[in-house]
Amino acid sequence: MAETTLAPPEVQAETLLDSNELVLNMGPQHPSTHGVLRVILKLDGETVLGTDCVIGYLHRGVEKIAENRTFQQFAPYVDRMDYVAAVSNGLGYCMAVEKLLDVEIPPRAQAVRVILTELNRLASHLLWLGTHALDIGAITPVFLCFREREEVLKIFENYCGARLTTHAFRIGGLQYETYDTFEKECLEFCDLMEQKLKEYHDLLTGNRIWVRRTKGVGILNAADCKDYGVTGPLIRAAGVEWDLRKAQPYCGYENYDFDIPTAETGDTFDRYMVRMEEMVQSCRIIRQAVDALPEGPIKGKVGKVIKPPPGEAYVSIEAPKGELGYYVVSDGSLNPYRVRVRPPSFVNLGALDKMCRGSLVADVVAIIGTIDIVLGEVDR
Amino acid sequence: MASLIKTFLLTDLLKGLWTTFKNQKPSKVVTEQYPLNRPPVAERYRGAPRLNTHPETSETLCISCNLCALACPEQLIVVTSERNPETKRKDLTTFTYDVSRCMFCGLCEDACPVDALELTQDFELATYTREGQIWDRQMLEEGPLPVRYTH
Repeated sequence: MAETTLAPPEVQAETLLDSNELVLNMGPQHPSTHGVLRVILKLDGETVLGTDCVIGYLHRGVEKIAENRTFQQFAPYVDRMDYVAAVSNGLGYCMAVEKLLDVEIPPRAQAVRVILTELNRLASHLLWLGTHALDIGAITPVFLCFREREEVLKIFENYCGARLTTHAFRIGGLQYETYDTFEKECLEFCDLMEQKLKEYHDLLTGNRIWVRRTKGVGILNAADCKDYGVTGPLIRAAGVEWDLRKAQPYCGYENYDFDIPTAETGDTFDRYMVRMEEMVQSCRIIRQAVDALPEGPIKGKVGKVIKPPPGEAYVSIEAPKGELGYYVVSDGSLNPYRVRVRPPSFVNLGALDKMCRGSLVADVVAIIGTIDIVLGEVDR
Repeated sequence: MASLIKTFLLTDLLKGLWTTFKNQKPSKVVTEQYPLNRPPVAERYRGAPRLNTHPETSETLCISCNLCALACPEQLIVVTSERNPETKRKDLTTFTYDVSRCMFCGLCEDACPVDALELTQDFELATYTREGQIWDRQMLEEGPLPVRYTH
């Protein structure tokens, strides 16, 4: 055994763990980490000194799977990344391949796509609101939110036959024509939603417990948002008016009249208010799209076999959680050469450490909830 | 002063509690008595696969074109056929469908040119063995036969 020499006392004091510090594992089975996220917390009493995220428990290698599937065959797999907003994922992937193919999508297909993705945004935000409130300790909202979300899922089931992993869009347009009562059900849901949003505001917005638990918690200012590449409701809550539906309109979003809700401080309460307002705006978009739903074909000029010319395409859309990008490379064969996904949850989760430092352990739960992560998308 | 009274009287909390109370409807029962009453699923629901037969002659509609097997992302369909020397057509011999690996994406159904393969509204697919999940032609034509419970 080699002779060991002790370091000088001043170095010892720096390297050894302070007796007040504690390293605590949160997750991967913690119910408030929304899945299988493991956060290693370094604590001084109740104060968080730093965090470290361990991800990958749900890694399935989706990007690699894409290389062994044809372009059409990969479409169902993208639904399994952000399974709360499967329709948005399908839209992003289909648009990327359509960009490679350079096909034009008929206006009716575009409008139906907008309606379904906005309905999906409502479903995703409802799930976020329910679970976020549940994490903080309000039990009622989760039941009310799931009741309303059920209505969206019923529309999805009637439209394409599946509730969660919808596979609603195909490359080149749509596979299914809308059903008879589709427009009526969408409008009815918008009415219901606007009525129920008032109830949510009654439950939470003025509630002193909710306000104390969220105001000033997890502040992320605009400069930090830009540094971390954070997008979606998080950057809008910090005061930056950045929404891809306005910044680079796709799918005919330029034809609809809607506002980008923003807030100032970028704390948890602001992000809550931004998402609540986004639900109102989504209802507005759905109403306009349903009212002006054009007639016509639902599929563009694509063949049975999809074989894009060699090249690459990057398409990003505004998913409920932020900028969702698909980068697809084709080498001229039936299978994509490479598919890379820019998942909003993964990038937004990077800012967790910045938001948690100096806050209390109980606030970490609130901050994870407010980022609105889906681990299927973080790990892919 | 007004806000102080509001704080003191807990109006914000009572407002929330009233919302919770308003949503209580003991008369409205939402629980479904599942094995007794099966919930209705949508017309386009993608459930158990079925290989359709002609309603009168009960011959299979499948023309053994193998397009469903090629469309499947999981490659779980195996179609075999033999050439009929009289009609010069392919006759279906076996059709195997591994339901355990199926994700019900509906691509096989879309690929079928004669509407022979279809995803139906049946959703009770549990079996006691793994092998039971691999459906042969007979099983695909008859469909799953779940137990119907009565009191």
